[in-house]
Formats: sequence, C-alpha cells, structure tokens
Amino acid sequence: MHQLTLAEIARGLADKSFSSEELTQSLLGRIKQLDPQLNSFISVTEERALDQARAADARRAAGETGPLLGAPIAHKDLFCTQGVRTSCGSKMLDNFTAPYDATVVSKLADAGMVTLGKTNMDEFAMGSANESSHYGPVKNPWNLEHVPGGSSGGSAAAVAARLLPVATGTDTGGSIRQPAALTNLTGLKPTYGRVSRWGMIAYASSLDQGGPMARTAEDCALLLQGMAGFDTKDSTCIDEPVPDYSANLNAPLQGLRIGLPKEYFGAGLDSRIADLVHASVKELEQLGAVVKQISLPNMQHAIPAYYVIAPAEASSNLSRFDGVRFGYRCEDPKDLTDLYKRSRGEGFGVEVQRRIMVGAYALSAGYYDAYYLQAQKIRRLIKNDFMAAFEDVDLILGPTTPNPAWKLGAKSNDPVSAYLEDVYTITANLAGLPGLSMPAGFVDGLPVGVQLLAPYFQEGRLLNVAHRYQQVTDWHTRAPTGF
Amino acid sequence: MQWEVVIGLEIHTQLATQSKIFSGSATTFGSEPNTQASLIDLGMPGVLPVLNQEAVRMACMFGLAIEAEIGPRNVFARKNYFYPDLPKGYQISQMDLPIVGKGHLDIALEDGTIKRVGITRAHLEEDAGKSLHEDFNGASGIDLNRAGTPLLEIVSEPDMRSAKEAVAYVKAIHALVRYLGICDGNMAEGSLRCDCNVSIRPKGQVEFGTRCEIKNVNSFRFIERAINSEIQRQIELIEDGGRVIQETRLYDPNKDETRSMRSKEEANDYRYFPDPDLLPVVIESSLLESIRASLPELPPQKVERFQSQYGLSAYDANVLAASREQADYFEAVVRIGGDAKLAANWVMVELGSLLNKLGVEIDQAPVSAEQLGGMLLRIRDNTISGKIAKTVFEAMAAGEGDADSIIDSKGLKQVTDSGAIETMLDEMLAANAEQVEQYRAADEAKRGKMFGFFVGQAMKASKGKANPGQVNQLLKAKLEG
Repeated sequence: MHQLTLAEIARGLADKSFSSEELTQSLLGRIKQLDPQLNSFISVTEERALDQARAADARRAAGETGPLLGAPIAHKDLFCTQGVRTSCGSKMLDNFTAPYDATVVSKLADAGMVTLGKTNMDEFAMGSANESSHYGPVKNPWNLEHVPGGSSGGSAAAVAARLLPVATGTDTGGSIRQPAALTNLTGLKPTYGRVSRWGMIAYASSLDQGGPMARTAEDCALLLQGMAGFDTKDSTCIDEPVPDYSANLNAPLQGLRIGLPKEYFGAGLDSRIADLVHASVKELEQLGAVVKQISLPNMQHAIPAYYVIAPAEASSNLSRFDGVRFGYRCEDPKDLTDLYKRSRGEGFGVEVQRRIMVGAYALSAGYYDAYYLQAQKIRRLIKNDFMAAFEDVDLILGPTTPNPAWKLGAKSNDPVSAYLEDVYTITANLAGLPGLSMPAGFVDGLPVGVQLLAPYFQEGRLLNVAHRYQQVTDWHTRAPTGF
Repeated sequence: MQWEVVIGLEIHTQLATQSKIFSGSATTFGSEPNTQASLIDLGMPGVLPVLNQEAVRMACMFGLAIEAEIGPRNVFARKNYFYPDLPKGYQISQMDLPIVGKGHLDIALEDGTIKRVGITRAHLEEDAGKSLHEDFNGASGIDLNRAGTPLLEIVSEPDMRSAKEAVAYVKAIHALVRYLGICDGNMAEGSLRCDCNVSIRPKGQVEFGTRCEIKNVNSFRFIERAINSEIQRQIELIEDGGRVIQETRLYDPNKDETRSMRSKEEANDYRYFPDPDLLPVVIESSLLESIRASLPELPPQKVERFQSQYGLSAYDANVLAASREQADYFEAVVRIGGDAKLAANWVMVELGSLLNKLGVEIDQAPVSAEQLGGMLLRIRDNTISGKIAKTVFEAMAAGEGDADSIIDSKGLKQVTDSGAIETMLDEMLAANAEQVEQYRAADEAKRGKMFGFFVGQAMKASKGKANPGQVNQLLKAKLEG
C-alpha cells in the first residue's frame, strides 16, 4: 500500500479498496519500522491520525467525496498545528504547542487529509542539508550516509522512502526544490502569494512560500489544489482564482518554448548533471517543445543578494523568540538582558545565530544602504531579467542543483559552499516566480533534479510539462533500495 | 545673555478605532490584563498582521485637516528593539514614507495673535503593551491589551518659542483630533501623549542648540512645567560654562525637574526596514475625496462662523469652539434660547464653573442644553430675572427638573404688577422709616450708596421676585417724592 501515489490512493479510497483507517494504520506501522534509519519525523501524531482517518471514513460513508478525503500527509514542522508541538526544528520551540492551525493545515484538514505527523527540517528552515535541526540530521534514503537536502529534508526523505505519499514543504531559497531533487521527488514552489503564509513560522517573509512535495507531478497538482487560495489573514496572499491544476496535466507540449539560461550551465555544475539535464531537454523536444538559449545576466548576484535579504528579515522575524512569552527560557536569569542573551544564545543553533548576526549587521545604521538597499536593487534586476526572458519563452529549464547529495557533515564547517548549492533555486524566490523540480536521472546512485520556472501563476504549466515528461520517463518511479 | 527657546513636539494619539491596527482585538481601555490580546497581539510564531483600514481613514482625515500632502503610497516599516511589552521584538511603524506629509496648524496665542506651526509628518504605528512592576514579588507582569492599539504620531517642526506656545499647540491638536472624532483625547488614560524636544540658543543665532527630548508627558500642565524646568536647566548649565548633551529625559512632576534617561550613545539602532508582511498602502484619490467630503467643520472655521453668525467676540468664539462638544452644546442652547450672547455667557460662566466644581466634561453636564435654553427663554420674556435664574440653574443642576417646572413649583415667577410692587415698597419703607429720613437729609453723593440699601431690602422682601427695573424706578420716585 505504501507504494501508492496520492492519485492512486484517491482512487482506492473512492472505490473502497481500502479505508483511510487501514491505510493510516499501515503507514504508521511503516514509519515506526523505518523512520529510525531516516529521522524524517520530529513528531508522529498517531492517535490524532487515526481519529482523523476514522472521521474521513465516516464522511465518505455519508456520501462525501474528494481526492484528499482520507489521504495521508505530513507537515513540515513549521506549519502551526493546533495542539501539536510545532518546533521549527529548534530547541527554542521544543516546548511549543501551537494554539492554532496554519491556513495550509486547516485547509487540508477540512479537505479530509489525515496528518501523520510533523517532519524534520533545518532549524527555522535555514539550511540546505537538514543538518541544523535540533532533532538531529535527516538521512537520504538513497544513501543513508548522504544528506537529503534542506530545509524540507524530513518531508523529502519521508516521501522518497514511501513512508507516505505526499508532504508539505516550504521554499525560501530552494527548500522544496533542492531536497526534492536530491531525493528523486517532484516538488513545487508556487508563486509568492499563491499559498497563505498564516501559521507558517517565518524565516524570510518576502521569500517564504509553502508548496507540495510528492513523487509525481500529478500528486503535486492534487495537493497544491488543497493548499492554494486567497487568505484574508495574509496581506501578501494574492486574490487570484485558483485553476484546476489537474485539468491540463495532459495538454500537449507542441510548440512550447523552453529557454535554457546559459548562466545555468557554467562553472560549478557537475558535468554529469549537465548531461542529464540535456537528456531531459531532448525528451521534451520529442514531445514537441522548442528549445532556445537565453540569458539571465544578473544571476551571479543572486546569492549575495539573498544572503543579505533573507538574514535581514530573519533577524527581525526571530526577535519574538525572547524567552518571555513562549519557547525556551534559560534557567535563573539574573536580569532582563541575561534572560534575552542566554535564552536566545542557548535556544538557537549556530546557523540561526550566524544568520541573525548577518541580518542585524546588514540592517544597522550606516550599512543599510550598502547592503539591504543594494540587495533590493539586485532583486529588481533579477526580476527584470526573468520578465525579459519570458517575453521569448514559456518556461525556463536548468539543473535544480549543481551537485548531487553530499555526505553528511561534508559542508558543515563551510557554510559558504553550502550556500552555493542554492545558486539555481534562489532566483525564483527573489523574483517570486513558481518553480518545480522533477527527477531526471542518477549520478553515482544519487538522484538528480531538473528545475522548471514559469511566469507568475503558471503553476499549471509547470505541472503539465512535468507530468508529460513523467509519462515518457520512469526516473520518478524508482524507489531507493530498502524502502 | 538673551536666550531663545526652540521647541518641537511629537504627539502620540491613540486612534479611536473599534479594533487594533493589525488584529481584530478590541481596544477598550481598562479591561482585565491580556483579555484583549489575540494570537497576533501576543506575537505568536506564524501570525501575520492585516491593516485596519479604519486607521488609514482616520490618518487621512487628520492629514486633510492640517492641509498636508498625503502620500499616494505609504509604507510600514519595522522598528526593531527588545522589550518585554513589545511582543514581536519590533514595532510596526512608518519611517521613510509616512501616510501624512508636511502640513500646518494655526494656534491662537494669549495675546490674540495667530501663529502657524509647521507639522513635519504624521505616521501610523502600533502601540506597545504595558509592563506592570507592582504586585509580582519583584518580577514584572506584562499586559498586552494595549499592544497593537493604533497610534498616529504627529511630529511638529521646531516652531514653538515658549512652553505656553507648546501647550497652545498641544491643545489645538487635542481639539482637532476630537473634532475629527479620531481620538478621545483622554490624556489620563494615555490616549494622547507628548514627547517634547527642547533646546535654547542665544537670541539672533540661526543654528539650533543641542536638544533634549522629554519623553511621555501626559497633561497640559505637566507639558508646560516640564518644558520650563528643562529650559531653566539648560540656561543654568550653559551659563555655568557647561554644555547640553543630546539625550532623552524624563519629567518628575513631584520634584518639578527633568532627569536623564539615556544618552544619544545609548540609544538603540532600530534597524528600520520595510515590513515584508505588509504591502505598501495605496491611497486612491477617490478615497481622499470621499473623506474630505465627510470632514466635520473644524475649529478655525467654527471660530469664524461664531463671530459672523452670532456676533461673538473673537475671545468668546475661541473659548466656545475649543471643543466640539462645547460648541455643539452652545449652539443647541442658542437654538432654543435664541440669544447667542446670553447663551455664550451662561455656557462659559455659570455652566463652566459648575463643570469645574464637579470636575466633569461638558458631555456629562448635569444641565442639558435643552434645559439651559429653556431657562434663557424665561429670562428673555421677563418671567425671571438674571439673579433668580441662578437659583433656577442650581435647581436644574440638582436634578429638580426643567426651568418652567422649577419656576412654578418654587414660585419664582417675577412680580411685574406695579401695584403689588408699590404696596411691597410702601411696607418696606415704613419699616425703615429712620433710613428714609437719613436718605432724604443726605446729599447726592451719599444717596447713591444708600439707595442700594433700599433696593436690597426690597428684593429681600419680594424674595428676589420683584422685577429689578420696576423696583428701581418706583423706589426712586417714592424716595425723591
């Protein structure tokens, strides 16, 4: 049963091949059995899941239908879930039980989804390897000595290992697409403002966006359908109608104009990955797509700009974790300053502290113009590059990451080399564009992803292209040995 | 050395919205601690602010009233600092692009001149909570009911030259926000609070001296006293060879002095940047026009109208228009009582001292405008004299009903029957035969004084009800005769 995709589960539940309770029981058993190897879950909410499964079965018995009714999911542990610990992968929130549901959580629960638990992640979503979690690193099911990517590494590992069919992730600089690429999943970062951020604990507010992680584009379409939509509780959410993402999955690709940015194929890219990307382009050409080279000249500035803007926003977003109202508080503070310093010094890990320091520095008097304003200018230039490119092409294609998954600990002492792994994904966040990563082959037994970028609100197009590609390839169907 | 004082003010006004600026919580003052604090006000992980459009509308009203530029696009920024009653670790405020730009306000000075004070800007922001330092055995309590209450911070140019001018400006702002209905102006509850920037310079010098900021002064009286004591401190400091250091100071009303709170060097670097959780606020010109059309008559227009329509003096017009409630009360009295000058007098003098004595505002006056107007009618048709009216007014204030029923039940109707007055006078004169003789023997100068005695006796005999004019006339005839 664990091999089933979300679409297959929907059909199975609809034709009563199995109940949601049976499915939930089965997957909970599998998590219990296999997750100790992966560490992909921070919390498994067994009783809650069974209650939700029985409720979903009752709703179906009462005549309700829907592709998500009774289907299992897990949420990245930064989506607030009422009555459940929501830790953000941090010691700071180890004792924090969310008093409310994130909009994504409540929408999917209303649709009848069964929450199996909360998945591991880099602390406060800061990282590309899922090594900065207070709950320990997550292992890549394709090779347990390697990282699964991050920051949504728990969701990626769990879905890749067939512990469940789909999970939510969030993407601030690539945190859905990069772990999806490194674990052979399909992951979609929607247009900024497509999915509500209410209840999604912020890392960098202007870049964060929640999205689906699954094994197929078809499943991503189903899950995104349940997540997307306007929310009055999020001022940056955009009031744009949500199309039927499954309706056009099979639309022909004849005449589809795909742009290959020459900057994506330069130094730093593993040549074996370059080859796999080109092979995927060939497949798409077979399907009728037309390929041309384009240029995104400001891409080289993306990482510096990102590592000013994201930490700047984070330094402010994380100020509320002060030991006063919730979260970790140090023992016996001797005064207010001591309470702040030690609660934050002891509650936050090294990478989080590093980014808070960088961000506070970038915003401080005398440096603001040189760093923050300059980074915002670069951000506009990058957006303009994309707007110009989308005059000539419908989609942009390239590698999701420059390298396959690296060994645990390999980049722990070199944060900059880890930051460089985000080079292809970061621009979509800076521009607010939707991006998708899909499986495109293997290097040394480790998965490789191809990234597709589209104009605003063209998630449907991304899913359509990925789905058609998955109809003629089988990379996405391959499962890691032992799972 | 002749010193010139330079004062600029920052006034925080709490906007009278039903709910907070970024959450749906109520803004009522004085509720149980933390009963008006939602997830958003608590700064819970994952929560997001949503702007209350009513706060925007109120800020626009203020901007239009001071003839300011209102930016078509204004931006909220985060002001970052740690404090226990600041739940998010930052205050959402406005920095580079405030909602209200340059404007001005005219204030009436005591010598009757009008002074124009420049207003640099006014911006929207959220109030912080309160730290409570008592009753917690050495620890502090946090009450977040106030956190997120909308504030409009009004920043003036350094245009004021004395504490009195500063107070006149604060009073004008106070009156204006109450006229607009955007702030209740209750300074005791902190609805309107003032930071005073004070510096001095030798008369004739163009450059400003170093300023000190006196934080959070919250009564007209304290503003005047705090500024004066700070001026005195700076003069003494400089004249003793010292120099003023830029710093933030607190006013201690018990000692009537300011003391240092923190120096410029200790000031926070607030690391302002645009709040990524909120979109820029776009103000359509159509919205501005509809707000402009809904603006009430404002103090300057009202003062002018009171003079032209009612023939009041500039002073009376200014006093009556000082608050919207008082102006409305006055006009209601005029509508019923008819005589504007009489009404002005009664509202300013008798009602004014009554309210003063009771320590209440005009909207809680024990005598309604209808009651007072009704009484004025009885003065005008000679049913009662001005003196009896004071008795009637006191009775109305004591809740004994309206003027007519009081006049009736107490038998206060003025006696205007000449025959009855003559009879009463004859009796009175007979009872004071000795004084009558003295009067008749006296010269013109002494008679004047003695005449008053007979008037007093006559009024006493009539229990004040005899028409004073008739008493005068008839008495004179009888004594001379």
